[in-house]
Amino acid sequence: MAPKAKKRSTSKGRGKGKGKSSRSSTSLGHPEDIFPLVLTSATQELFNCRIDEDVTEKNPFKLLKKDDIVGDMKKRAAISDFSPVKHKVLEYPEEEMLLVFDFNLTYGQCFYLVLKPESKDRILKTPEVEDLLMSDKRPQFWISLGSEKEIEEPIKETREKLRLKLRVDRAVQSKVCFSDRDCSESKDSHLECTSYEDSKFKIKKLLTDSGVQAVPILQTNSCQTMRMVPKDTFTQYEPREFSTEEKEMILKKQDLVDFCAAQIPRMLFALQQEEIINVFLDDWKALATGLETCDWSGQVSDTLVLHQVFTDQKFSKNKAISCLNWHPTINGVIAVAITKREEELPETFSGPLIIVYSFSDPSNPQFLLECPDDILAFQFSPSNPNIIVGGCLNGQILLWDISAHVTFIQATQPSSRKESSNSDKFDLNDSKENIPVVRFCAVSALESSHKAPVTDVQWLPPTFEVTTMGVPVENKQKVSVQIITCSPDCTLRFWDVRLPAVFTNTPTESTPTADQKTPLTTCSVPETFKHLDRTWKPLFRISLSKIETKGEYVPMKFSFENFNVPTERDKEIKGTEGLPDYSKLKIPASEKLKEMENINTKFFVGTENGEIVYSDWKLESDDSGRPHRGWNFAIWKEGVMDGPLVASQYFEQECTVGCWSLSRPAVFFIGKTDGSVEIWDLLKNSSEPLQLHPHISKSKITCMKACSFTAKQHFLAVADDIGVLRIFEIPKALYLPSRHESLSMKKYFDLEVDSLKDYLKREEFWTKQKKEEDELRIKMKMEPEKSETPPKEIHRLDLTEYSDDLILEEQLLQDMGMWPIAVESDMQNTQNHPHS
Amino acid sequence: MKPPAVFDFQAEVEETLKRIQSQKGVQGIIIVNSEGIPVKSTLDNQSTVQYSALIHQLVMKARSTLRDIDPQNDLTFLRVRSKKNEIMIAPDKDYFLIVIQNPSA
Repeated sequence: MAPKAKKRSTSKGRGKGKGKSSRSSTSLGHPEDIFPLVLTSATQELFNCRIDEDVTEKNPFKLLKKDDIVGDMKKRAAISDFSPVKHKVLEYPEEEMLLVFDFNLTYGQCFYLVLKPESKDRILKTPEVEDLLMSDKRPQFWISLGSEKEIEEPIKETREKLRLKLRVDRAVQSKVCFSDRDCSESKDSHLECTSYEDSKFKIKKLLTDSGVQAVPILQTNSCQTMRMVPKDTFTQYEPREFSTEEKEMILKKQDLVDFCAAQIPRMLFALQQEEIINVFLDDWKALATGLETCDWSGQVSDTLVLHQVFTDQKFSKNKAISCLNWHPTINGVIAVAITKREEELPETFSGPLIIVYSFSDPSNPQFLLECPDDILAFQFSPSNPNIIVGGCLNGQILLWDISAHVTFIQATQPSSRKESSNSDKFDLNDSKENIPVVRFCAVSALESSHKAPVTDVQWLPPTFEVTTMGVPVENKQKVSVQIITCSPDCTLRFWDVRLPAVFTNTPTESTPTADQKTPLTTCSVPETFKHLDRTWKPLFRISLSKIETKGEYVPMKFSFENFNVPTERDKEIKGTEGLPDYSKLKIPASEKLKEMENINTKFFVGTENGEIVYSDWKLESDDSGRPHRGWNFAIWKEGVMDGPLVASQYFEQECTVGCWSLSRPAVFFIGKTDGSVEIWDLLKNSSEPLQLHPHISKSKITCMKACSFTAKQHFLAVADDIGVLRIFEIPKALYLPSRHESLSMKKYFDLEVDSLKDYLKREEFWTKQKKEEDELRIKMKMEPEKSETPPKEIHRLDLTEYSDDLILEEQLLQDMGMWPIAVESDMQNTQNHPHS
Repeated sequence: MKPPAVFDFQAEVEETLKRIQSQKGVQGIIIVNSEGIPVKSTLDNQSTVQYSALIHQLVMKARSTLRDIDPQNDLTFLRVRSKKNEIMIAPDKDYFLIVIQNPSA
């Protein structure tokens, strides 16, 4: 304020002066290019450089036009403020001149004019900066304003402290103890206003820390692959062969001839050596075919060893076993058919059954097959061991399907069957019963069954089947589908388990059931053969009429040749794979099937009277029966019609069953009524048994069958009349065939055949002779008897020889599978003569 | 009159083979060339091819075995006896003769 006022006053003073206030501008108080000036207020208004209005301390520069200054000078000539610098102005090269308001009066006056353009630039640009810089760089001294002092005693007492004296009147003057209490411990001792989050107040987060990872946009990677080595998966090749021309070419070459000439003598020499002596023969080994060399196990036995006994208190007590069969594929499983005995008490626990035992569980049967009536014969199907066919006492035949239970017997463990027979009550159809019972799944039609009990039933082998005319034809399915049964009603019937082709449009209700697979519960009946149930009719039947006399033979057992055609694919169809759905099989039309010519359609039938009938099942049959009687057994050979090859002598005990050994053609087993088993070996001794096991059982032996599980385990199952099944192990001596046994047997039988023929011829001759002699005697009446004796003696001699022959023959037949299993023992105590 | 030489050779070969064939128990004769290709045989084609390929390998092996042990040595005759029959092999430089015999028959 003050300086301003001062300035005004001075400027006013100057203005008032009006006179030329001459200035001593030539003094050197200022630089040369600056000329301090005093400007009157009029001039100031003229040039718009009034102090504090146009030009201020902060803005001291003013650019004046030279022409204006010159014009002013001209106008006011002497009184112009610019007159002292007139010359300088006129000389000034540029158009504008800088007038600076000198606030601080540095050059003595309020204004100064810059005379040179370069200094103008200089001043314009730099002066304040210089000043400012100059002023800023200088550090200033710190002026204490009292901030360094510590604030002590912030709390000021506004009033004096109050002192209170309290007195508590109490009845009991007791001690009082005071203690401290923290008010924050108990909740209700203080009230507080807790802080809470103001919902309206939000701090907006303007800054976050986050991590960033740089990821390459482009990445190169590599990996190692397995080097594939080219390898052939399949190769197919063909042997190189020469064509016929090439062969001929080679054959004509000289060097081949030379080769032959050289080598053939050598070859002949070797062959001759071969003929002379077998250099590779181990004499020591060949010496003993028996046990001493071969039997490495400790025990040496040459008799039948009892292996196991199967009997069941509940089912088979006091019952007779009529038939037994080994399971064809599962080792150690036997089925026996239980029937009533003659003196059977009416109240019985169980009806007729087939019991299946397994070696793994001797005390309990595995399962039972239910039958409507006593079964006299049954057999497992050779191609599918789950199917069993059985023949009943009333003439019907039944089919069972045990596929559901096969798993039981295959996987039986002895421990699982321990809790079986605790129940007294016996309920056949109870599925909770531990021993499962299988019902038969098909039974033949009553009117077309046999009229008498079915005594034998057998499956035809899977290789061929028989048409309605009896012609054997090819079996496309390779599965056993046909059954032959025989019965004392003098017929043999052929049955087929498939639906006949004629009845393809059978009632439709059978087809939905036939589509199902066999269910697996024990209660329900498997429906494999539902299409046959109760409507099953035989294909055809054969009746056996006697040749010479009237009437018919009464067949009890039969046997036919088990013919196996070797096919290209010689695999046996196992039960599990390719199991045929029997209901879907249809009997094909007979024209489509190829007839097989080399099947033997002849069979042997053992009759009630002890005769063996050899017949053909093709309907143009030629029967030839040969009666054979006696308490003995005989071996017959096919083709040799005249008599048995081998017949044994009479026994005291009736023979009831016979069974060939499976591996030795010379050995067979005979069972008798007194419960003993004989083992015969024809090569050793053809007139008496090799071994006799007396009284194996208390009652007569009803059935006997041999079976082999492995090459070393051979068993013989013996069943008797009181329901006991015994399994014997056949010792090595009895199942290891001796060297060339089959060859020897064949030779033996051939010899027998020859001797038989010979004998017969001779016999014929003698009968003729005898007749002549008798006639002679009658004529002469004085014939010495001596002439008769030689023929008789010879006759007797030949008889013994002949009996040997018969035994041999039986053996041969069994070897070839043509021997009927049971030899009926109807005694007619005539001579052992084939011709009577 | 001399028969042509060519014809002679063939007949001779046939004749000698017959001599072998007539021996007891001979089941078959095969003549194989050095590469294992059958030249003449009395068996059916499949067995012939099989025998010749396998026996050729066997003979080569036997021969190389002997030569390895003693280079001066060579195989003159080989007999293979099996359970069922015996195979006799007479090797030569260019061919071999294989005879299969069943000694017990």
